[in-house]
Amino acid sequence: MQSNNGKSGLRTAWTYLGLSVWAVIVLFPFYWMVLTSLKSYGAYNSEHTPVFFTLEPTLENYRQAFTAVPLGGYLLNTLIFSLITTAAMVVVSTLAAYAFARLKFPGKNLVFGLFLSLMMIPSELVVITNFVTITNLDLRNSFPGLILPSITSVFYIYLLKESFEQVPDELYRAAKVDGTSDLKYLWKVMIPICRPTIVTVTILKLIECWNSYVWPRLITDDQAYFLVSNGIQQIREEGFGRENIPAMMAAVVVISVPLVALFLAFRNKIMEGASRGGLKG
Amino acid sequence: MNIQLQGLTKRFPARGKKAKGEVTAVQNLTFEVPDGLLVGLLGPSGCGKSTTLNMICGLETPSEGKIFFGGEDVTALPPERRGVGMVFQNYALYPHLTVLQNITFPLENLKGAQKLTKAAMRAKAEEAAALVQIGDLLDRRPQELSGGQQQRVAIARALVKMPRVLLLDEPLSNLDARLRLQTREEICKIQKKTGITTLFVTHDQEEAMSISDRIVVMKDGLLMQEGAPQAVYDDPANLFVAKFLGTPPINVFGGEVRGGMLYLGDQAVLAVPGAPEGPVWAGVRPEGFEPQPDGPLICALSRVEVLGRDVSIVCTHPACTADTVRAILSTRGQVDAGAARVRFALRPDKVFLFDRDEERRIPFDVPRR
Amino acid sequence: MDRNSRKAWLYLLPAAVLLGAFLVYPLIDVLIYSVEEGFNFASQTYFGVGLYNYSYVLHDPYFLQAVENTFVLVIITVPMSTGLSLLIASALSSIKPLRNLYQTIYFLPYVTNTLAVGLVFMVLFQKTEYTDGLVNLMLRWFGAGPIDFINGPHWAKMFVLCFYTVWVVMPFKILVLTSALASVNPDYYKAARVDGTPRRRIFWRITLPMIAPMLVYLIITGFIGAFKAYSDAVALFGTDLNAAGMNTIVGYVYDMLYGDSGGYPSYASAAAIILFVIVLTITCINLLVSRSRK
Repeated sequence: MQSNNGKSGLRTAWTYLGLSVWAVIVLFPFYWMVLTSLKSYGAYNSEHTPVFFTLEPTLENYRQAFTAVPLGGYLLNTLIFSLITTAAMVVVSTLAAYAFARLKFPGKNLVFGLFLSLMMIPSELVVITNFVTITNLDLRNSFPGLILPSITSVFYIYLLKESFEQVPDELYRAAKVDGTSDLKYLWKVMIPICRPTIVTVTILKLIECWNSYVWPRLITDDQAYFLVSNGIQQIREEGFGRENIPAMMAAVVVISVPLVALFLAFRNKIMEGASRGGLKG
Repeated sequence: MNIQLQGLTKRFPARGKKAKGEVTAVQNLTFEVPDGLLVGLLGPSGCGKSTTLNMICGLETPSEGKIFFGGEDVTALPPERRGVGMVFQNYALYPHLTVLQNITFPLENLKGAQKLTKAAMRAKAEEAAALVQIGDLLDRRPQELSGGQQQRVAIARALVKMPRVLLLDEPLSNLDARLRLQTREEICKIQKKTGITTLFVTHDQEEAMSISDRIVVMKDGLLMQEGAPQAVYDDPANLFVAKFLGTPPINVFGGEVRGGMLYLGDQAVLAVPGAPEGPVWAGVRPEGFEPQPDGPLICALSRVEVLGRDVSIVCTHPACTADTVRAILSTRGQVDAGAARVRFALRPDKVFLFDRDEERRIPFDVPRR
Repeated sequence: MDRNSRKAWLYLLPAAVLLGAFLVYPLIDVLIYSVEEGFNFASQTYFGVGLYNYSYVLHDPYFLQAVENTFVLVIITVPMSTGLSLLIASALSSIKPLRNLYQTIYFLPYVTNTLAVGLVFMVLFQKTEYTDGLVNLMLRWFGAGPIDFINGPHWAKMFVLCFYTVWVVMPFKILVLTSALASVNPDYYKAARVDGTPRRRIFWRITLPMIAPMLVYLIITGFIGAFKAYSDAVALFGTDLNAAGMNTIVGYVYDMLYGDSGGYPSYASAAAIILFVIVLTITCINLLVSRSRK
């Protein structure tokens, strides 16, 4: 018994050690970006051997990030893009999911099957034509051009439909007996009951929007319409006139903070939603 | 306000593998729910009783036939204009609303002249809540309530509009046995107090018998029989109704009428004057057996179950369609539990004959005792 | 059409219009593009129909380089990330204290901006005139010479790309496997423990079969995801991936469409369809293999 305890104690110690190593690998880039962003330009460039701490933290890099490049503009663009896209997605998907979950109409199963099969289509295939469409509509470098193709997500319609179907049929019939209209039922009963799923879907979409890169890159070449991903790429390629790593890291921190904050606030919702169908991976 | 159904028929498109043609859920149903009475619509699951209820409240449109409320044809009206209140099997309480909000929900849909102020809604809701004695639960949410309390909230919500007709779909099936007894009396009391014409659907014959003023028995979409509970029990129109009503269920024997006598196997058990000759189904209610030392019906005794008030005698008979014959006696000690056989005389008013093909009741003259 | 179905279609309308315009129509259109030879983007004209675009793409050294890179990336990162996340998930489910903390930390990369954090990786691995960078500092502790991971030899760049890809995809895999492990009925473990089954055997004979469906799911989605690698590479090596020799198939599609070498939607379409066929084939093989094992 004694030796058994010792053995399992040793095993536990190894387990924690291993887990901690991975935790360090995960966290280190975050630490490094914050650390570097606090080092002054001169101090950073004079370190031939990287130093793991700084004794003279400075916010100068953050000032640089906002003044030398239009980082504030990128952030604002991304915020507008994310909010409008997500809001439109939630409305459109909720309506569609409600039709699939609650309303009866001929051919419903067929239409839903077609909808589901759309999930198989990789975005890489359709982005080509969408690029041409938006170009021909003269919507490049505009918010409608950015937003329109990003709204619909078959997967979120599917998630919402599944959630709506959990609401017992009897509630709908009870509401009908009282003469509740479909729209009112959706608004006053369905949405409040399914709020957890709607919140999850909203957050996942917000993250997706905040991180989207490929579409905005194709559709914008005017800095005034850059989102943060494109902005950071712009900073990487053109920089601050010179290779200014600390300022670059400051921009990276600024871009990452809203996401990390959102994540810490809605940790469980995000993890639960992500496990039902990831965006990355 | 009485409810009249005339030739009500509902056909659904067939589902599943044989996706052809149609399924008739309710066929040519005609009956009346008299004003102010509590009527139980009774039948095994899948007999079309819920479909009937849905047609009455307007959630389903009948394929054929008409529905009248107090003479007014409501067949084409949407539910909200029929003035019905409905209690669902799982109560269908909105989980995100409080009890009070649940009860006022129907009132919020009223439009035009019927529109109520917030205060009036609240007053009405409190009145309805008081009627079912949940006045102290108004701020709770459904999931904080017991099954019986949820049931009351559902009834209050159905009553708050003062409906012309109250419909209940399997109102007691989600309650445990003790609550069921209590709640069914409660429903009966509320119905009597409000005097609202009430129709409730159930598959539990005991439930229907105990509180209904009248019962309507359905099977496979067809009306089997209607009438006062006791009358239907005492005078079943066919074998199905006889079998469906009563616990323990009626004992059915394959028998034959010869020379005015009912034969079970080779035992002539009862004089049935007036019944035509030939093979029949003979149903004997459990309380129709009287042990007698020289009784004509001879059964092999399996065991005697003492149920407290009653004694249940379980025995076998070769002519019985079931494995066992069950007799209920109200007094103990008439049967020796150790004996191998038991002999019974039959009470003629507890014996029903049915023809073998259509299973319809065959009358015979019951001698007065 | 009765009132109810009209209403249902009305609810579906916005989604249907958007999906039709930006998903269904493009899908058909991309097939058309891919067979239109000599398509001129400016004049919207072409002079023939055939498979020349496919042949051009398949003979383009940049495309072959991209295919090679993508396959190397897939073959290295999918088994690595799946195995490593299985290890970490089992370790996670064997501990109680601090488990939530670890889980939260491990999930962090999921919510970060791939482009932004890629820059951090670049900084960590880069060797410049001023500094060898942090990773090279660590290599020096072990006596290895400085290597430029970002602008140096191809294998070094591949290593960084794989490392970053694994770092990015791990959170999702750990999350899925941890919840799969948590959903195994503990009675099985109890029963096995009563029989004195060794831990290793419990893992191979009970745990692994129980979570096999999730593992298959992860491998399939992992393959699909890795085949579509692009933004990780851009983050590390910049937008001119052809010059860096680090392009991926998706990158090739976008480069053909837009950018300095862009303006050829036909070639882009052909490449995209080739990618789709590859992914579809691999997914089918995966499904077949996983089914025949059962």
